[in-house]
Parts: sequence; C-alpha cells; structure tokens
Amino acid sequence: MSSKAMKQPVALRTFSTIFVVLWLIVAAFPFLWTLWGSFKVELDFFSKADWRNALTGARTMVEHGSAFTSTGYEGAWVQEEFWRAVLNTAIVCFFTVTISLTIGTLGGYALSRSSYRYTFWLLITALIFRAMPPITLVAGYLLPFFEWNLWGILPTTIIVLVAINQPFTLWMLHSFFQKIPKELDESAKVDGCTQFQAFRHVIIPVMWPGVITTGLFSFLLAYNDFAVTSMLLSKENQTMVPKIASFLGTTQTEGNVMFAVAAVVSATAPLFILVMFFQRQIVSGLTQGAVKG
Amino acid sequence: MFLKKAALASVLALTAGGAFAECEISARVNIVGNEFPAIQTIGAGAKECTGAEVEANLTADHQKINLAGMTGNPAEYTSAIVANSSIVALMNDDVIRPLDDLVAEYGQGLKKNQLITIDGKVMAVAFMANAQHLVYRADVLEQVGVEPPKTYEDMLAAAKMIREQGIMEHPIGGAFAGGWNLAQEFTNMYIGMGGEFFKPGTAEVSINNDAGIASLEMMKALSEYMNPDFLTHDSNATNAEFRAGNVALMNMWGSRAATMTEAEGVSDEVKAGFAIAGPMTVGGGEVPATTLWWDGWTVAKNISDEEAASTFIALTHAIRPEILNEETSLQAVWLIDGYEPTAAATGVFEAATANAVPYPMLPFQGLLHTALGAELTDFMQGKEDAASALADVEAAYVAAAKEKGFLQ
Amino acid sequence: MKHRTFFWFILPTALAMLLFIALPIVSVVTQSLFTPHEQVFKTVESCTPFKCTEATVIDTEATEALREESPLGRFAGLSIYLDRGHLATAEVAEAWRSSDGLKDFFNKLGNLPFYRAMSFTLTYTFVVTPLLIILGFAIAVAVNSLHRHLKGLVIFFSLLPMIVSPLIGSLVLFWMIDSRGVLGTALQWLFADPNLSLKASTGLTWVMLIVYGVWHSAPFAFVVFYAGLQTLPQDTLESSMIDGATRWQQTRYVVIPHLMPLVTFVALIQLMDNFRVFEPIVGFNASAHATSLSWFIFNDLGGETRLLSSASASSVLTILGVAILLSPVLIRTWRDFNEKG
Repeated sequence: MSSKAMKQPVALRTFSTIFVVLWLIVAAFPFLWTLWGSFKVELDFFSKADWRNALTGARTMVEHGSAFTSTGYEGAWVQEEFWRAVLNTAIVCFFTVTISLTIGTLGGYALSRSSYRYTFWLLITALIFRAMPPITLVAGYLLPFFEWNLWGILPTTIIVLVAINQPFTLWMLHSFFQKIPKELDESAKVDGCTQFQAFRHVIIPVMWPGVITTGLFSFLLAYNDFAVTSMLLSKENQTMVPKIASFLGTTQTEGNVMFAVAAVVSATAPLFILVMFFQRQIVSGLTQGAVKG
Repeated sequence: MFLKKAALASVLALTAGGAFAECEISARVNIVGNEFPAIQTIGAGAKECTGAEVEANLTADHQKINLAGMTGNPAEYTSAIVANSSIVALMNDDVIRPLDDLVAEYGQGLKKNQLITIDGKVMAVAFMANAQHLVYRADVLEQVGVEPPKTYEDMLAAAKMIREQGIMEHPIGGAFAGGWNLAQEFTNMYIGMGGEFFKPGTAEVSINNDAGIASLEMMKALSEYMNPDFLTHDSNATNAEFRAGNVALMNMWGSRAATMTEAEGVSDEVKAGFAIAGPMTVGGGEVPATTLWWDGWTVAKNISDEEAASTFIALTHAIRPEILNEETSLQAVWLIDGYEPTAAATGVFEAATANAVPYPMLPFQGLLHTALGAELTDFMQGKEDAASALADVEAAYVAAAKEKGFLQ
Repeated sequence: MKHRTFFWFILPTALAMLLFIALPIVSVVTQSLFTPHEQVFKTVESCTPFKCTEATVIDTEATEALREESPLGRFAGLSIYLDRGHLATAEVAEAWRSSDGLKDFFNKLGNLPFYRAMSFTLTYTFVVTPLLIILGFAIAVAVNSLHRHLKGLVIFFSLLPMIVSPLIGSLVLFWMIDSRGVLGTALQWLFADPNLSLKASTGLTWVMLIVYGVWHSAPFAFVVFYAGLQTLPQDTLESSMIDGATRWQQTRYVVIPHLMPLVTFVALIQLMDNFRVFEPIVGFNASAHATSLSWFIFNDLGGETRLLSSASASSVLTILGVAILLSPVLIRTWRDFNEKG
C-alpha cells in the first residue's frame, strides 16, 4: 500500500477526500435522519406540518415533555416482540451465508478451473436463472410446500434463499477464482495432491478476499429479503423485514409507523456493531490481496 | 384438588372478564387471517378452547397464502378469515364448505344477519363491518359557516370556501393512490352515481357510460383540492395529512376512525375538531357513494368433518357476545349481539342505515378492480379524457377476464 | 479439470438450482401457455349482513367437471403473450393503421401497459447502470487511498444504502422527499419554486427513481471494485511509473484493464437487477407514473383474483428481456472464455 506508485499529490488527495466525505453524507444522511427521527413521535417524523419539526421535535415536546422519546422502541421491542424477528433473521442469515458459500466456492472453483465448453453454458444458465423474478418463483413454491408440510418453517426459507442466491454467488466467486493463477493448484497437483486436496490446501488460504466479499452480499440478500420471507414464513417465524412491513398497516387498518422506524434503526444497529467489531478482519480480508498478478 | 380447581376457575373467570365459557374441541384448528386488533381478539378467543391444538397465523399477507394453504388435502388451514372481496377467490376455487349443518348444530347464538348466504348456503359467518364515510374538521367547517356536507357537491363547495378564506391550501384528502385505493374510490363514486358494473348475469363490463364519466369528473374535481401528490397517497398518507392539520374533509375507512386522533403528537386543535358523519351521496343519487364491507370466517372444505366442527365451535366461541368489553368495543364495528356502537362507529352505522350497498361479491369484480387501479391514473393526471380512460379499463378487464375464462 | 471431479464439485449448487429455480421455471413456462377453464356461471341469491341481492357465482360443480377433463386448463398457446396486457399485437397493429404520423403512433403505444412499462424500464436500466458503475469506481479509488484506520468506518457507511432494506430505504426517502419533507423543502428552496413536488409529475418521479437506483446500487459496485483494486499488480504500476506514465495514464492503462472483468460482472448483475426494478416503484407508490414487468407480476398476483397465466407470461418475458439485454455482454464473455480456453 505504501509503494511509491500509490503516493498522491496534495491536490488530488484533497479532492478525493472531499469526494469521500460528500459520498458519505449522501450515503448516510437518510439513515442518520431516520435515527434522529426514531426518537420522535409520528407527526414530527413525517413533519407534514413543517419540516423543521423533525429536527426540533415540537410535537414530541408537547406529548412527552422532552424532544426525545423511546416509545417507538418500546412498542417494537416489548409490545410487538421484535426480538423474535431479530433472532430469526440471525438464524436465517447465518445458515444462508454458510451454505451459500460452501456450495458456491466448490462450484465456482470448479467452473473457473475447467475449460470445457459446458462450463460457459452452465454459467449462462445460472445467469438466466437469476433473471427469474423471485415473486413468481415463490408463488410457485406455495402449493407444494403446503402439501409437504414444509411451509412456514425457517429451514425451507434458508434453502430457498440459498438456491435463489446461487447464480450470483457462482458468478462472483467464479470471477474471483479466475484471478487466482492456475499454476498454484496445478503445481500442487503435480506434487501428488488430488483436485480436492489442492483446493483445500492451496486455494482456500488465498481465496478469502473473494469469499468475504461474496459472503457480504449473500448476507445482505438474506438480511434484506422480502419476497421470499414474507410469503414462506409463518407469523411466529417472521424475519425482520416482513415484520417491519407489517408495522406499517394496511389500507383499512392503522399501522404504527414509529414502530417501523424504530425497528429499521434497530435492524441496522447489530450490523454496525458487527462491522465495527470485525472491521479489521473485513478490511484485511478485502485488502490482503494475497495474490500478486 | 377441589380447591385448586376452584382457584383455577376463578382465575380464568377473572381473566375472561367474568364471562368464561366452556369450549371443548376434539380436532386441530388452524386459522389464517389478517392481523389487525379485532382479528387478534378472534384468534385469542379461539385459542381459549381446550382439547386440541388451536393455531393462528395472523399476517398482513394472509391473502397471498390462504388459497394455497386451503387447496391441499388435508388443508393446512381449517379456517380463513376473509372479507367480501376476498371470499370470492376462495369460492371460485371451491375450497370452503357450506356451514348449514354446523350452524344448525352449534350456531344457535349467531344472528341471522351474521350468516353470509350464497345460493341458499351459509358460506361465512361475519363478525364485523366496515365502510368509508366522511371524516371532517368541525372547527374548520364552523369557521367558514357550512354544515357537514351530505353530498360530494357540498364537499366541493365547502373546500372552495376553505381555500378561498386561506385556511387550508388542500382542504380535501382522499386515498387516491394509484392501484387498489384509486379503484376503490371509483367504485364508491360509480355506485353513488347509480352505475352498474356489469351487464346483469354476465361478466361483460359496462362502465364506459355517463355514470362512469360523471364519476371520473367528480374525482378529478375533488383532486383539484387535494395535495398535488394525491396519486401516491394511500390511506396511511391521507391520515397523516389529516393529523397534521392539512386536511379538513375526507372520505375515510370507519375502521380507522377510532384511532384517528390517537396517534402521538396530534395537536389539540385537530383532536377537538375531529368529527365523523355518514357517507355522502353524489350526482343527486339516493345510494351513498360508498361500499359496505364485512369481515367473517370460513371453514375449509378439504378437512375432516371433525376438524370442521372443531373449527366452527372454536370460532363461534371467539365471537360470542361476552368478548365485548371496553377495549374490544373500540377495535371494530362488531356485528355481534349486544354490541353498543361507540362514537367512532356512527359513520359505518349511518352507511348501513342509508342503504349503502355492499362491495360486490362477483367472481370477476377483483379483475375489474385491478384494471381500474392501473388504468385510471392517466386520466387523473390529465393525460387522457374520461371516456378513453374508461375504454382502457374495459380493454384491460376483457384481457384479464378472457384469460380467467370469465369471458369467451 | 476432469469431468468426474467437476461433477462432484458442482453437484450441490447445481442440485439446489435445479430444484428451486429450474423446475419452477418449467412450471411457469407451462403455466403461461395454459389458461383456466371457461367458468360456468349461475345467478343466485346472496345475503350479507346488510341485505340480500341477486348475484352471479361460479357453478363450481360444472366447472369442476371441465377441470377434471384436462387439469392443466385450456391450451392457450401464445395468446397470453400477445394479449393487451403484454405484447398487445392486435392493438399495436390497430394503432399503426389508424395513426397519422409516428408521433401519434407512439402516443397510442404509450397507452398500452407493456410499452409504457418498457419505456420506463429501459430508461431506468440504461441511465442507472453506467452511472452506478462510474460512481462505484470513483468511490473505490478514493477509499483505497484513505488511511487504513479510516477504511473500516468508511466502508460501513458506504454500505448503508445497501444494508437498509430497499423496502424500508425507499419508504424513508419517500417521506423525506415529500413536498413538506426535508429534501422536498430543500429542493423547493433550491429551485425557488414553492409548489415543486417530485411525486406529482411523471418526469420528476422518474428522476427520483433513478437517483434512488444509483444511490442504492453504487455500494455494490464500490465493494466489488474495491476488492478488485486490492489485487492490483503493484510491479506493473511501478514500472509504468518508471516509464513516466501520468496518474491518468496509470488509471487508464493499468487499473481499468485490470478491473475490466469485474466491470463486466457488475454490469451483468446490475443490468439484470435494474431491468427488474420493483421495490422503489412500490416503496415510492409510483405506479401511477412508472411501471415495470416485475410490477406487472406483482399487480397480477396481488389482486383479489390472481392472474397466474398472465404473471407467468410476464415472468417469461422478463427472462427473455434480460437475455436480449445481456447478449452483448454475454458474447464478450464467450470471447474471453474462448481465449482463456
């Protein structure tokens, strides 16, 4: 990183810092606004009367005597038992990521190391599979799942999420594996390793930047999914996103928007902690770049 | 042993507000339904039953799963809680059973008007009603010196005065969001204008007529007094506008009237001025421009008779008159014996007494609703005239109805 | 790699995709070619809590008999694909015959749901995809030059638009850009137009959706490019330095070629995702101004009476659309693949 080629002149450095700061504002502002607003009452958050209310909390003041209130959080966590959804999400994410990456690395590795025509067609097929809108897929699952008593439980959802996510995982890992020179495992094979041993001892140690990046996206997919989780999970097994959606109410019935807002913030907080805690691993995982081209 | 039982009984009696009734069932019960508080009350009531397992999956996505969950044999769900629009999908696919035998055997407590009868067979038991009606700010109307409007024409006149006196820029609110809401508003207006959606006895649509055009013109006129974003305003957003004090007159769901000013942060001005009235008429018509809705439960067809009986017993237990107390009375406009309408329920009651019509329970009404929701937006934005918008609706409906086999 | 070894490596992932994607696709294609039976009606008396009326219902017995004869339904061939809700061939032909001039023809075309949806979807896809690639690349290069202690934090905040679920992210923005929300007010002030409302006009709604699309997906491109930058061959860079290459030349001739496979990858994925744009349309309640094929499917499946055949046909059209859209990239990949082989 400290090589001479990367040193920047001052002007460029300033420019790029300003750019990053600007981007951070754009990226984080809506979230920070939500965070701030989550401690207000609904009318302040919407601020339909005057946008400044969202900052000052004028109505919150009247209602609670202070510009901050935690009623949204209490409602979501205590009254609506949001923690159940958090737990379910944790389970779904953990298993989806682990299974996706395990079968995805095997497949992606094989695809990158075989030069037969069919690997290309497999990749294209996977891509076409990915083009299928998930809502249609899920609508098709409903009948058989009910028939076989698989509907509503977490394992079904995990397997479906893994499957839907495979095309993406395969493509991503395939392109990362292609960046790892073939000579590495070829020479291991010359030394008498089987293909799997070569994979196990030579490739696994150097594949982490790609796997971590792919894992990050698998995680986000499972974490954010609405189409699959809202249709395939029963109420008590619901994950966070459909739970939050259910706080919003429907046409004929009142929702509780502030529960949803508090839940959105709560849903992001564990990620923040996770990233802060593992930031060294993530950054070094991404940065390692064990392979020199 | 006796003491223990007695103690238990008294605890149960206390928790059930002194009205605990026996409910013994012998086979599994599994209910799927929406999740609003009144239905939660029903679900909890059914779970009081002992002898077999009672499950309830109450979720906003119930409509997406109830048909699939009742199609298998045996069906996953023994009961689905539906409304007059959503029972149609279950009847079209023949997954719910007639309840006449069960009503005769276990349903003595049910009132005649709770029984949804189609072709002489009881298909559902209704427990609550709903309708859209006028919600207004009494203080604002007083300020401009008009009575609460009885017709949409009066509403426009009142809105004009409110705007001219500079009280509010967009005095009318309405759930005009493209899609289901907009289609619902058209349905209301068209019924108020005395229109018929279909040629009698057939699935042939006929809305491209004077009543249809007049309905659209009225909607357009109303939208002139609405927030310019009206095509994105569903009932949540419309309520938020009212609560913020930006709106003085709107057509809103009765089920949301009770909680209208409950939300935290509503100003005292809005709270004090909040008032409700019956639905309005339009175009000199007699029938109010609104639709009546009921929510009720059904029993699945593909389950054993024992399960059906248990389901019926559990759900009848859940809607017995004793469930009504201060808290539950506010949850809905109940159709249960002994329900005293609360202040918030007057709008729905007035709708019923003013001979409002129920939302049509036709097999193909849902298709027309979807077509209306998608095709009327062009007109509301002024991109095309009323007649061609209605022609588009008809064309979209015909394509859908042909696919479904309703039209040849 | 030997066929046998390859087989065992690919088996788990192939099995998962076969069961949960390939089979449903087969059933969807079948579904799109068949429609439900003609329904037999009868008129009966129906009573609700409010009153009794004459009503039309489906004669389930008669319909059941038809259904048993051929369980798949009526064979419809391509008629669902060609009906008004999809390709609308008859209506297009009619519009072509009856219109005076191309402008009139395109106006009439814009009145048909499929073509209206396409005009938005394609605009969205072709504006959002390049923009997010450029933005993602710029962020990746800028973040890469930061001090390493800052990187973790910056990466986390950069990921926020992706972390916050699209459903909720778009809702939050929807509230903010309301004409009385914070961004809406800011824009009114900026353009000195107190009546400006992003949600009321079709053009501004499109702009809003596009900005949201770039905002939401740029982190994806950023992370992929950032990971790619880590494997940048340092010696090539250094030797180009020694050869006197400027910074721009380094970027142009070393960095970009190195990232090119990743750019292809990001482009493939994003073209596909943007073509299927859906969540922002629902989140922003924008269906009055902008629709897409995915929204059609949602609309067909979300009504009281579900249109399965129509939704299936829309799904197949989505796959075909994606295939056409991606074909240039795929041909390129094919060439790369052959070179590699």
